Amino acid sequence: MTILAAEAFGLQPLWIILVAVLWIGFFVLEGFDFGVAMLVPFLGKGEKGKDDQARRVVINTIGPHWDGNEVWLLTAGGATFAAFPAWYATLFSGLYLPLFLVLVGLILRGVAFEYRSKREAPQWRYTWDWLMAIGSFIPALVLGVGFAWFLAGIPVGMAPAAFGNEAVFVAGGLDQWNLLLVVLTNVFALVGGLLFVALFLAHGAYFVALKTRGAVHDRAQEYGSTLGLVAAVLMLIFVVWGNLRMGPNGVLGVPWFPGEGATDLFGLLAWVVGILALAGLCFAWWMNSKKRDGWAFIGTTIATAMLVVMIFLHMNTGLGFADKTLIDMTSAASSNHTLTLMTIAAVCLVPVVLAYTAWSYFFVFRRRLNTVSIPALTVNTQN
Amino acid sequence: MSPDTIARWQFGITTVYHFLFVPLTIALSVLTAVLQTIWNKTGNDAYLRLTKFFGRLFLINFAMGVVTGIVQEFQFGMNWSEYSRFVGDIFGAPLALEALIAFFLESTFLGMWIFGWDRLSKKAHLVTIWLGAIGTFISSIFIVAANAWMQNPTGASYNPATQRAELDSLLQVILNPAFLTQWPHTIAASFVTAGGFMAGAAFYLLVKNSKEKAPKGDLTAYRKGLKMGAWVLVIAGVFTIVTGDFLGKQLVTHQPMKMAAAENLKEPLADSAKVGFQIVPKAEVFPGLLNWLYGTKNIQTIDDVKANQIGPNGYRFFDRKAGEWVEGSSLQTTSYSAIQGSLAEANMVPSVGVSFWSFRLMMGIGFLAMLGGIVMLVVTRGGKVPNPGWFWTCLAICMPVLPLLANSFGWIFTEMGRQPWIVNGVMPTLQGLSPTVGTGPVWLSLVLYTAIYGLLAVVEVGLLLKYIKMGLPAAEKVSIKDEGEELSFAY
Repeated sequence: MTILAAEAFGLQPLWIILVAVLWIGFFVLEGFDFGVAMLVPFLGKGEKGKDDQARRVVINTIGPHWDGNEVWLLTAGGATFAAFPAWYATLFSGLYLPLFLVLVGLILRGVAFEYRSKREAPQWRYTWDWLMAIGSFIPALVLGVGFAWFLAGIPVGMAPAAFGNEAVFVAGGLDQWNLLLVVLTNVFALVGGLLFVALFLAHGAYFVALKTRGAVHDRAQEYGSTLGLVAAVLMLIFVVWGNLRMGPNGVLGVPWFPGEGATDLFGLLAWVVGILALAGLCFAWWMNSKKRDGWAFIGTTIATAMLVVMIFLHMNTGLGFADKTLIDMTSAASSNHTLTLMTIAAVCLVPVVLAYTAWSYFFVFRRRLNTVSIPALTVNTQN
Repeated sequence: MSPDTIARWQFGITTVYHFLFVPLTIALSVLTAVLQTIWNKTGNDAYLRLTKFFGRLFLINFAMGVVTGIVQEFQFGMNWSEYSRFVGDIFGAPLALEALIAFFLESTFLGMWIFGWDRLSKKAHLVTIWLGAIGTFISSIFIVAANAWMQNPTGASYNPATQRAELDSLLQVILNPAFLTQWPHTIAASFVTAGGFMAGAAFYLLVKNSKEKAPKGDLTAYRKGLKMGAWVLVIAGVFTIVTGDFLGKQLVTHQPMKMAAAENLKEPLADSAKVGFQIVPKAEVFPGLLNWLYGTKNIQTIDDVKANQIGPNGYRFFDRKAGEWVEGSSLQTTSYSAIQGSLAEANMVPSVGVSFWSFRLMMGIGFLAMLGGIVMLVVTRGGKVPNPGWFWTCLAICMPVLPLLANSFGWIFTEMGRQPWIVNGVMPTLQGLSPTVGTGPVWLSLVLYTAIYGLLAVVEVGLLLKYIKMGLPAAEKVSIKDEGEELSFAY
């Protein structure tokens, strides 16, 4: 136990890394299923009368996985709550309206997956198809805006809180409507939102290509070629802008070594992983044009993971807030006792979760789908 | 309305709604797994068809539980940020562990179960539903432990340096008497719900099909489903009563105000050792029954609790056996001087009307559900089937609805009866609110959640009815299929 004590070992950095890993897992996995769901109305355009079959092929590529993928978000949220209660409290109350939008999106898409094929009426199915697309677009966009804003540093200030004490709040407790205005005028954050959407669309297209055969597969490759390009351009803008604007003199400041002390190394690393993210995306696009579905998907996987790493490197110990003197890794953390117990649980359980998730992806559901795999155009009477 | 009132309404609506799906998820997953196990052991196709029939209904329900559950985890930070900041050191861990241990297990293996009929061997496929069911159980442990801690905050103390509650002893949190009494009660009630659901659907189909020329195999299968559901309901009902008794006695000790409000004890008692039970307010029957139920010779009225629950060191417990007031948990006593702001709220009383009636409705409706189960068993005994008619249709519909209502009233009582506290004896609800969100955004989310949840409820009930009316799916040979072959299940 004492070896794990925070003073000696530094459990707060470990938990930042763990939270980052959970977000990487979430964006890599849910990223493609956001993309797949957004593409359903577009990839599912078959010959007349055949488009429902095609749509079902697309949806079924993520059928067994979407729910498990979403748990990464719940775990990231839960881990933040448990390890950094002040981070959770400040962030979630501060971003009330954006998070509400994310939740509405997630509700709609989850129900849409389960219910769209439960009735035969085309109108029923088309309604759910669009709800799953929109319900995936909204969280992708909002989370992208949010993470770009974390990179830049969300403004914080003190405001009155419980028991007559003061606590840290986003923008010092600025009201939600004005906060929305602040976000909507932050061009960098908006670029982040678009990047997440484009990246996930490409990631999703490559996943569909990897998991299907026939017309759906070919169409996914075609879409992937355009989407990959758009995502790469946005990634280039985001990586260069994101890393430059951290310089002490603003956009044209010294780009290579932003900040001071330890952040020098972090700034350099951020450039490295940012370039890796861009390279991953270019590689994915290239592999897709060579019809190597698996490699293309690996490319966007690397791009997504590296993008999140880059953002977390900039967040550093400040948790995505602009003022480390008000809130940072140390002041937001739980007690050593709690962190120690949580660490033991995480060390024991995360490998188990990874093992059975991998089994599900790489063994049970390794096969590609085709329109012939999908039962005829009737309601599933056979569960 | 004040910001805290809107936020409380939102939490109440979203939580009660979420918990309509949870008990079915917990217990119907187990019952479906049992059906599939019987099929694996006996090879009797009736059980395969029942497994698929109830499995399908289970999944329609499960989807709603999943999507409404995400709101629950986020809501603490969004609407109750100061609560989260104050208790996160203790309260955050169960939520994180619930996601890490339970939700991953549940979602991954239920995904494998749904889509794995022709991709996994019979044995492996059976294991997936059991792992999914275990996941739902683990989830219930963590979330009820978290709630129990709000009712009776054990194993923690106040740290003045960080101005928050911090964990002292995980063991004390796990061995919290509130948790040890609440969890079995919740699980037993979940089985009442799932049993009622299963019995109601099977009973409806049995009665409806008995006079038509339904295949005999169908009727036999419905009868098996009905028997299993009704017996689960009745037996789980007995467990719910027994665990409810333990829970009531625990509440008398740790939340005496909640119980005084539940029993409408507003007036001074003539004899605190001979208090009867009020079926409706002031209509007291059986003098001494309350003393017997709560295991104390000294029943405390609301005024008694007000006069005694705050001692020199803070919040106090009522030792029901000794009939005396004793010091509360370490958090309730050590923190008290630091949170003097709560003193003004300490003597507030929860809504007596809500506590009294939700408590009685919970019990009364629960008893009615058990009675319904017994009636169904009696009228179908020895191979008999009643003639179709509106009465039997109503009974079939009531079987899942009554336990769901009883569950909701139980939670409304649990949460409303804890007021004015968000953490009993430590943090008033008002202090836990996010102070900066404002009324506008919460109004917006409250209205939209309610509208979306309302629409989804219509859709969900429509689908459940449609798939119940379709009856048992045909028996199909289950085998592992190759790529390029048609799958037996797809979205």
